[in-house]
Amino acid sequence: MIAALLTLTACELVGEVVREIFALPVPGPVVGMFFLAAILVFRKDQPNAPAIPVPLARAAETLIDHMGLLFVPAGVGIIATASLLRQEWLPIVAGLIGSTVLSLAVTGLVMHWTSRSRSTPQSELTRATELARGGKAS
Amino acid sequence: MSTALQNLWTPLAATPLLWLVVTLTAYVGGRALQRACGGSALASPVLIAIFLVAGVVLATGTSYHTYFSGAQFINFLLGPATIALAIPLARNARLVRENLHSIGLALLAGSLTSIVSGVAIVWALGGSRTVALSMAPKAVTTPIAVAVSQQIGGVPALTAALAILGGIIAAIIGQHMLHGLQIKDWRAHGLATGLAGSGVAAAQVAARNELGAAFAALAIGLNGLLTAIIAPMIVRLWS
Repeated sequence: MIAALLTLTACELVGEVVREIFALPVPGPVVGMFFLAAILVFRKDQPNAPAIPVPLARAAETLIDHMGLLFVPAGVGIIATASLLRQEWLPIVAGLIGSTVLSLAVTGLVMHWTSRSRSTPQSELTRATELARGGKAS
Repeated sequence: MSTALQNLWTPLAATPLLWLVVTLTAYVGGRALQRACGGSALASPVLIAIFLVAGVVLATGTSYHTYFSGAQFINFLLGPATIALAIPLARNARLVRENLHSIGLALLAGSLTSIVSGVAIVWALGGSRTVALSMAPKAVTTPIAVAVSQQIGGVPALTAALAILGGIIAAIIGQHMLHGLQIKDWRAHGLATGLAGSGVAAAQVAARNELGAAFAALAIGLNGLLTAIIAPMIVRLWS
C-alpha cells in the first residue's frame, strides 16, 4: 500500500519537475502519468517480464473507481461564478451541451471508422466482450 | 442559531475536518441516490454531491475559499488518481501502439471540434467574448483547462466549472449516444469520453472496462497537449 502510494506520488513529483524544467504546457500529473506508463511498458518488454505489482494495481483501481469524488471540491467552485452564469446562462448551457455532444460524436465516429478495418486482438479484449458482443466491434 | 451552537460552529467551520466530512457525506449520499434510481447515469453522484455541498456552503454563509481550503485534501488526490491511469494505459500499450494512426486522427478531429464548436455556439447565441474564450478549453482536464483559459483571456473559475459540468454531461449521455451511433467498441468509447469529458467522464468508463480506461487516459493526456497548442492558435485567428 505504502509502496504503491510512494510510486504514485513520486511519479507525480517527477512529472512536476519535468514540466518545470522543460516549461511544458501540460500539468505535472499528466506528464507523470505518461512517465509511469512508460516505465511499466518497459518492464513488461523485459525478458522475464515482472507483472505490475498487485498493491499498485489495487491502489490505482480504488483511485480510478472513486475519481468522481475528487472533482467535487473544484466543482463547488461554480458558486463563485454564479453572477456570470445568471447573465449568460443560455449561451453557456447551449455551448456546453452542444460542444460536448459534438466532440463525443466526432471522436467516437472517427475512431470507429478508422479502426474498423483492423482486427481486434483477442487476448486483451477479455474484459471488453460485454460491449463488443452486441455487434461487430472490429 | 443559539449561542451554544454558534460557539461550536465557529471553530469547526475553520477546520478541514468539517468540510471533508460534508464532501464525503454528499458523495456517499449521491451514490446512494444513484443506486436508488437503479444506477441511472442521469443521477450523477458527482453532480448531486456538488449541489449538496454548494447548498451547505451557501446556506451557512461560508466563502468558497474557506470551503476549498478544508476540502483540498480530496482535491489533492486528483494528482495521484491521474497518475493511476498509467496502469490501464500500460496494460493495453500494445493495442494503443497498433491503433496509433486512428487515435491521432480521432483526437485531432475531436479536439478541433470541441474548441471551435464551443466558441462558435456561445458567440452565435450572443455570449460575450470572455465566456466564449472560457468555453474553448473546457473539454480538457481541469488543471490544463484553467491554465489555457488564463492564457487566452477567459475566466479561469468559469472554465473550471465548465470542465467539470461538461464532464458530467459526457458521463451522463456518452454511453447512450455512442451506442445510438452504433459504436460498440470500448476503444472508441474510452477515447471519446476521455476527450469530451476528461477525468469526470473517464471515471465512469474506467470503472466499467479496462480497455476503455486505457484509451480514456490517453485521450485526457493527449487532448490536454493538443488543446494547449491549438486553442491559443485558433484564438489568434479569431481576434
